[in-house]
Amino acid sequence: MKLQRVFIALTALLISSVARADWTLNMPRGVTDISQEVYGLHMLTLWVCVVIGVLVFGVMFYSMFKHRKSKGAVSSNFHESTKVELAWTLIPAAVIFAIGVKATYTLADMYNFEDSEVTLEVVGYQWRWRYRYIDENAEQEVSFFSSMSTPRDEINNRLEKNENYLLEVDEPVVLPTGTKVRFLLSSADVIHSWWVPALAVKKDAIPGIVNEAWTIINEEGTYRGQCTELCGKDHGFMPVVVEAVSPEEFEQWLADKEQEAIALAELNDREWTFDELMERGEEVYSSACASCHQPNGAGVPGAFPALANSPIALGPAEGHLDVVVNGVRGTAMAAYGNQLSDADMAAVITYERNAWGNDVGDMVTPVDVYNFKAGE
Amino acid sequence: MTTATHDHDHDHEHHGPAKGLTRWLYTTNHKDIGTMYLWFSFAMFLLGGTFAMVIRAELFQPGLQLVQPEFFNQMTTMHGLIMVFGAVMPAFVGLANWMIPMMVGAPDMALPRMNNLSFWILPFAFAMLTSTLFMEGGGPNFGWTFYAPLSTTYAPPSVTFFIFAVHIMGASSIMGAINIVATILNMRAPGMTLMKMPLFVWTWLITAYLLIAVMPVLAGVVTMMLMDIHFGTAFFNAAGGGSPVLFQHIFWFFGHPEVYIMILPAFGIVSAIIPAFARKRLFGYSSMVYATASIAFLSFIVWAHHMFTVGIPFLGEAFFMWATMLIAVPTGVKVFNWVTTMFRGSMTFETPMLFAICFVVLFTIGGFSGLMLAVAPADFQYHDTYFVVAHFHYVLVPGAVFSIMAGVYYWLPKWSGKMYNETLGKVHFWLSFIGVNVLFFPQHFLGLAGMPRRIPDYALQFADFNMVSSIGGFLFGASQLLFLYIVVHTIVAGKPAPAKPWEGAEGLEWTVDSPAPYHTFSTPPKID
Amino acid sequence: MSSNAATSSTTHEHYYVPAQSRLPVWMAFGMFLTVFGAGKMMNDMSSGAESSSSHWWFFAGALVFAVVMYNWFSKVIRENHAGLNSAQLKKSYVWGMGWFIFSEVMFFAAFFGALFYVRNFVGPWLGGEGDKGVTNYLYPGFEFSWPMLSNPDNGLFQAPEAVIHAFGLPLINTIILIASSITLTVAHHALRAGHRKQLNIWLGITVALGIIFLFFQAEEYIEAYQHLGLTLESGIYGSTFFMLTGFHGAHVTIGTFMLAVQLVRSIRGHFKAEDHFGFEASAWYWHFVDVVWLCLFVLVYWI
Ligand code: HEA
Ligand code: HEA
Ligand code: HEC
Ligand code: CUA
Ligand SMILES: [Cu+2]
Repeated sequence: MKLQRVFIALTALLISSVARADWTLNMPRGVTDISQEVYGLHMLTLWVCVVIGVLVFGVMFYSMFKHRKSKGAVSSNFHESTKVELAWTLIPAAVIFAIGVKATYTLADMYNFEDSEVTLEVVGYQWRWRYRYIDENAEQEVSFFSSMSTPRDEINNRLEKNENYLLEVDEPVVLPTGTKVRFLLSSADVIHSWWVPALAVKKDAIPGIVNEAWTIINEEGTYRGQCTELCGKDHGFMPVVVEAVSPEEFEQWLADKEQEAIALAELNDREWTFDELMERGEEVYSSACASCHQPNGAGVPGAFPALANSPIALGPAEGHLDVVVNGVRGTAMAAYGNQLSDADMAAVITYERNAWGNDVGDMVTPVDVYNFKAGE
Repeated sequence: MTTATHDHDHDHEHHGPAKGLTRWLYTTNHKDIGTMYLWFSFAMFLLGGTFAMVIRAELFQPGLQLVQPEFFNQMTTMHGLIMVFGAVMPAFVGLANWMIPMMVGAPDMALPRMNNLSFWILPFAFAMLTSTLFMEGGGPNFGWTFYAPLSTTYAPPSVTFFIFAVHIMGASSIMGAINIVATILNMRAPGMTLMKMPLFVWTWLITAYLLIAVMPVLAGVVTMMLMDIHFGTAFFNAAGGGSPVLFQHIFWFFGHPEVYIMILPAFGIVSAIIPAFARKRLFGYSSMVYATASIAFLSFIVWAHHMFTVGIPFLGEAFFMWATMLIAVPTGVKVFNWVTTMFRGSMTFETPMLFAICFVVLFTIGGFSGLMLAVAPADFQYHDTYFVVAHFHYVLVPGAVFSIMAGVYYWLPKWSGKMYNETLGKVHFWLSFIGVNVLFFPQHFLGLAGMPRRIPDYALQFADFNMVSSIGGFLFGASQLLFLYIVVHTIVAGKPAPAKPWEGAEGLEWTVDSPAPYHTFSTPPKID
Repeated sequence: MSSNAATSSTTHEHYYVPAQSRLPVWMAFGMFLTVFGAGKMMNDMSSGAESSSSHWWFFAGALVFAVVMYNWFSKVIRENHAGLNSAQLKKSYVWGMGWFIFSEVMFFAAFFGALFYVRNFVGPWLGGEGDKGVTNYLYPGFEFSWPMLSNPDNGLFQAPEAVIHAFGLPLINTIILIASSITLTVAHHALRAGHRKQLNIWLGITVALGIIFLFFQAEEYIEAYQHLGLTLESGIYGSTFFMLTGFHGAHVTIGTFMLAVQLVRSIRGHFKAEDHFGFEASAWYWHFVDVVWLCLFVLVYWI
């Protein structure tokens, strides 16, 4: 019979998958005091519900079993009792009160943003994160983008998926353990939400608005999370990876990053050859632009214009610079002027003008970009 | 337009239904309109369900197999919109149309022509909404909650039609609700006092008020979107002094009552069915009425529990947490009353009763997860994960949808004059029951383990439960085809049903023939 | 609950259940065409498309809509004149109109709510005060004040130079609307007392006041757009200002039209001293519009 076959197939599938199963059932306890408290609240509420459920369904199944007509049950006709009604109003109310009090304390804790030692700005972009360590005393501010690094081929099933499939980034954000870190969250385009389950931190990153959150990580390790607010096409491909290291290691890392940033700034002053620009341009393009305009520059009809053979990419460099530096107001095309360094901007524009069959042949240098920005 | 006016009441033998298509296009009869609402909603259920099947098929395994992320988002959005506005709400309105006049002893709805208008707006609205999928740039892809600015600045051009579709279907809902209020308050037979009304009528009265209060707010918020998109206003743009969060406040002021709009009539249906098959009067009638009213009242002051992570200030967060948790109390009263009604009854388990009992259990489970979500600090972990998806499907599918199915099995003999096949009904129930749990229970685990919602692809540790869930989904979906078969088979080939097929059933609807005559209670019944 | 389907009672009135009607389905079709056309027009406008036929959809829809409305109301009036409407049915109309007005109240509530929220929460936060004042670092130098004569990002949204003062035209308009509510009440009393001529005069004055109100409102908009730089695009102050006053103005237009129709009907001898629901419904609507204005005057113009 058809039904039977469905059942056999179903059980077969269940069994086969049990074999390689990762049946994680519950919320992780996490690695912060707050996340432990949240876990406690979760379990408390869960058990309260289980107990109430067992009681209520117990009575129900008892009567379904005992008080059925086929067993000769005759219905009684009681249908009102203020006393019971009062009881089952007040008892749940009391239970809720208990949960509520405990939750309110945890909540108050979560809202105490004071006395932080490190401030990290987190800005959502379609579809990557920008991290910036806010520190007035730094010689050069440390700021970088963090994009998913899972290859498209794994997503499209042309390559075996690796263990951290979709949860890996090119550059994780590094945080010190045992230190109160304050997050300032915002967004450059649509609403995103920054979530790391192990820290029990989830806060929306809202364009034009700044949200606060904080954490103290107790254990070193790599913690993975994802964007949890629908933010468009690649919402599912916007992971968060936090690397928690000892404060000493963190200091070292930050100092290295600072040097890197200084070196990066110097790139703007360097001389570039066409080939160097093309090479760097391709890198920048695939990390910053390809998600919309597609790796082959063909765009997505109706949503994102093609750059291959586009009048803007083939037209004068000023027009091209204008679109990318200032964005197109009211569309998904953001202003990249202060997202990309002058060198990267020059590289990506040069690349776009000379890739996928575009053959303007000219070359835009960091100096051109600098002048363009200054000329406005 | 003809000037002739007919008064049906004098000689309704001459005024059976008209023949042909115009019967349906021009009808003013509450039963015809109810029938159209029900078929329409079932069609939308299949359409929304088909989109859900696309979602579940894509999520069957990690990686992208069937659809691209852009299209996946459109599927999720349209699935949510169509199920909520196209399937569940019209189904309840259809039941209201059929049953409320009969339950209160009225000849028809209070404003029959407007009633027809309310219905006929819907096919146009949903045709327009669905057609956006074929437009350049694709259909709505911003979720059924359409948060700005994803739904404004970053939306495809078809969003304009989405907005107007929402406008007109909102107009339809408001007119429908006004009609129901007028019918209940003005058309009751003499002696049918408010506290004698069946609970289905009560719950619908309160639902209608919710509709009248919140649908205009939805219209307001989509109007603001329209202005932001086309006329340069700054409602949802902080650069001009507005805020994207403003959108969410207004949306959820509508949205939360909206979810109760989808459950209160369900409470009414279950409150009719359980006493009928327990052969025992409903326990605590008046507390049921007060509990329903309390839920409706509270529903206006809890909206921000959908926004715990948007960063509302501490006091606001705490207030909304407490108010939300409070809803468990009146809802609990209802659950306890149903269970006590069954206690020491004399029960049989025909299909409507099976669905009703299943409703009580699974809705309560959905309510429990709702209570967990209400705990704000914990919601930081649950929010926008599959735990939420599991929560709301438990209250919506084995909740709202099962109650509708229970109601259809319960009243189908009255509507069609035929009895459905009990064996098939039971098979449908058990398949649905198993399917729905295999489909949605694992989603709790997925959410707790950290799987966000609205994603077309997921990390490997979520693979197994997703596969189970998809299998449950296919099973559940296929079972609904059986439902379609049962209903059609009943109508064309069912055995004739008596006026009152259920031994324990109470209410005026059972005092008229099966099928119910085209016009009932042209002369009001006496109620004592 | 025990009951019987008694057929013996003969004392009650018959509730008029209208026969089949083509009006509703055409109305639905008209609504569809109208909004579909409006949607196409807006999309064309925003994408800069030229020479499109979309406005024809819109006008066709509006035409269908208007024709159906006309016939529908005519029909209801004829039914009433034909004595088909029982007291109970009239009560249904009363309920219907009453709750329709309530739904309108909720529509305005959404916009008033938005105003409240931006003034009391978002504005101060953007300006650096209150719980979420940290937001201000995105807008260095922005200070919040109401009316907002400077926006967080003046490049994107050019702020107005000034706004409309409450005690100029708006005050005059307030007086006009209050006066119109009074004249309308006088007209109503006249109707109930059976003084047809009085009714026509006072109703006429009310309609005239409505038109004058609209005239001043237009004047005010011209002033705002041409001299003050206060526009829909001038940030949230302009957005809330024009949406609230604009929707109110639209309602005044509808209300004036409704009253004008009642005036025509009255001149044609419709209405009885004890039966004039069309008049009453329009009057309620007018009073509702009046109350909304008072809220506007206080919350939008004044404080
Ligand atoms: C029919 C629809 C319906 C119903 C009835 C409910 C009922 C409830 N919902 Fe649900 N909800 C939705 C539909 C519904 N919800 C939808 C669609 C969403 C998602 C929207 C989206 O984002 O897309 C959502 C999301 C949602 C959230 C937001 C989650 C998030 O996004 O982070 C929250 C948070 O508080 C919540 C809470 C509740 C609560 C407390 C109830 C309560 O009413 C439940 C009360 C019932 C019980 C508790 C069970 C019975 C009671 C007893 C047996 C008494 C004793 C019990 C105790 C003392 C525990 N819901
Ligand atoms: C009343 C409302 C309602 C109902 C009934 C359902 C029913 C179902 N829902 Fe859904 N759902 C929502 C309301 C509802 N849902 C909402 C509001 C959202 C949120 C949207 C958002 O995030 O914006 C959502 C989101 C949602 C998601 C999350 C998507 C995401 O986050 O990306 C999923 C995933 O599994 C899902 C699945 C299903 C399934 C499998 C069913 C099944 O019960 C459907 C069963 C019915 C059928 C299948 C139709 C009948 C059968 C056929 C037409 C024949 C074809 C059948 C086969 C090929 C087997 N729904
Ligand atoms: C989030 C999606 C998105 C990303 C990422 C993006 N763009 Fe765009 N881009 C758009 C959209 C949408 C437009 C069309 C704007 C319009 O309507 O004029 C566009 C337009 C353009 C144009 C003008 C093309 C034309 O013919 O109109 C250029 C050039 C361009 N983008 C370059 C870039 C570069 C360089 C990057 C990366 C540094 C980039 N874009 C990243 C969405 C994006
Ligand atoms: Cu970013 Cu979702
Ligand atoms: Cu809610």
